[in-house]
Amino acid sequence: MANNKLKKLTPVQQEYQRMALAKQPKRKTLRNVLRAFLTGGLICVLGQAITNAFVHWGGMDKVKAGNPTVAVLILISVILTSLGLYDKIGQWAGAGSAVPVTGFANSMASAAIEHRSEGLVLGTGANMFELAGSVIVFGTVAAFIIGNIHMVIKLAMGGG
Amino acid sequence: MQQGHQTWVFNNRPVIASTAAVVGPFEGRGPLANDFDLIHGDSTLNQESWEKAEKVLFEDAAQLAIEQAGLLKEQIDFFIGGDLMNQIISTSYAARTLSIPYLGVFGACSTSMESLALAAYLVNTRGGKNVLAGTCSHNSTAEKQFRYPTEYGSQKPPYAQYTVTGAGAAVVSSKGKGPVITSATMGRVIDMGIKDPFNMGAAMAPAAVDTITAHFRDLRIGPEEYDMIVTGDLAQVGHGLARDLFEKHGIPIHKTDFQDCGMMIYDYNTQMVQAGGSGCACSAVVTYGHLMKRMNRGEIRKLLVVATGALMSPLAMQQGESIPAIAHAVSIHYDDETMKGG
Repeated sequence: MANNKLKKLTPVQQEYQRMALAKQPKRKTLRNVLRAFLTGGLICVLGQAITNAFVHWGGMDKVKAGNPTVAVLILISVILTSLGLYDKIGQWAGAGSAVPVTGFANSMASAAIEHRSEGLVLGTGANMFELAGSVIVFGTVAAFIIGNIHMVIKLAMGGG
Repeated sequence: MQQGHQTWVFNNRPVIASTAAVVGPFEGRGPLANDFDLIHGDSTLNQESWEKAEKVLFEDAAQLAIEQAGLLKEQIDFFIGGDLMNQIISTSYAARTLSIPYLGVFGACSTSMESLALAAYLVNTRGGKNVLAGTCSHNSTAEKQFRYPTEYGSQKPPYAQYTVTGAGAAVVSSKGKGPVITSATMGRVIDMGIKDPFNMGAAMAPAAVDTITAHFRDLRIGPEEYDMIVTGDLAQVGHGLARDLFEKHGIPIHKTDFQDCGMMIYDYNTQMVQAGGSGCACSAVVTYGHLMKRMNRGEIRKLLVVATGALMSPLAMQQGESIPAIAHAVSIHYDDETMKGG
């Protein structure tokens, strides 16, 4: 893979690429994984606490408490984004704050805030899905493919 | 005038009559805070958008530079400038306010020295008596245009750089008091095939080395000629690579004080800037703020400023292009005669 990438380059460029790669500081993977585990885990603990609260005080069952829990997490994420804190958490936590639903909310809220200066329709409205859009597109495409596979397997197994 | 392949020698001694550096709050917390003319407390500058804030930064710097030269706006013959925004809007809108005959240039982060060299050229050839040169950048506009929304929580790699919020401007005059611009070397576009837009230092280092080498070759001098050679925004990664490249080509860069503006503007211990600073304003505010003050005090007598630019766009990056880079060098000397005024 790396060699393929280098093929189109001249020998001088290839040599420099090797030099640059050697000088490039590496991402601290172990530290990042630990931080992501901690932050992601904490967000999940928070979610569980909110669910329990809805069950305990809201009189909902565990399934019904799911949607309002997600709504509260999204609200918290959007507030943190608006206060300019979520990007700082993201730099520290990496995937830990990007993967949960709060990360998705952050990607939409940040784009919406960023493009507010270009107006509500062509700014916020048109750019809100700048980052989240491809998640939805490929999420839907993947769901469609998996759904089809599921159907074919079910038919092949002779199920009805 | 032209000497060698790509160098201009200015025999009529254009003078840097004044400079001004205006920065945002984050730069104001850095180690060079005392050398900036104006530090804004709010990065929005009370404007409706980041783009408008960037324009105001430039207007402030231009007006301060003109004032400090003891001139009126009407006495400035031409204004040369540029920035990182699409269609260089920050500079063009600032030029609308200034209403000085305007030449817009684009050299990405090399614009500071590109505009200064062109201003010196104009003054040297009597194309104008007083020419204003400058550039600006804003962290949030750059993030918005080149990377992700400012509040998006993605993790930057350790070799990423932090775009400086600020603007720097200089008035170049045919006579007056100040350091002299003696020569300038215009760079070629160098592309070593780096494709990671976060790794700009590595992309630009070969361009800086190419221009500095050309400057030495054209003028038949070596690094020992200068008290300090300073690159624009290579930051830690690019600066290290530039040193390695000099060593590889047998140029004794250790004979001068080889520095980088991107490594001077922030405090690595207290400010989260990864490899260092970048952006048009990086070389502009460090040179026009910090380095010119040191030269005026006589601490630096011969200075070569090499502003480095990554000439990429997000569109070209997405289409799989690599990053073309450029560097322009301007040689600034402390001259006993002109420092007294003459």
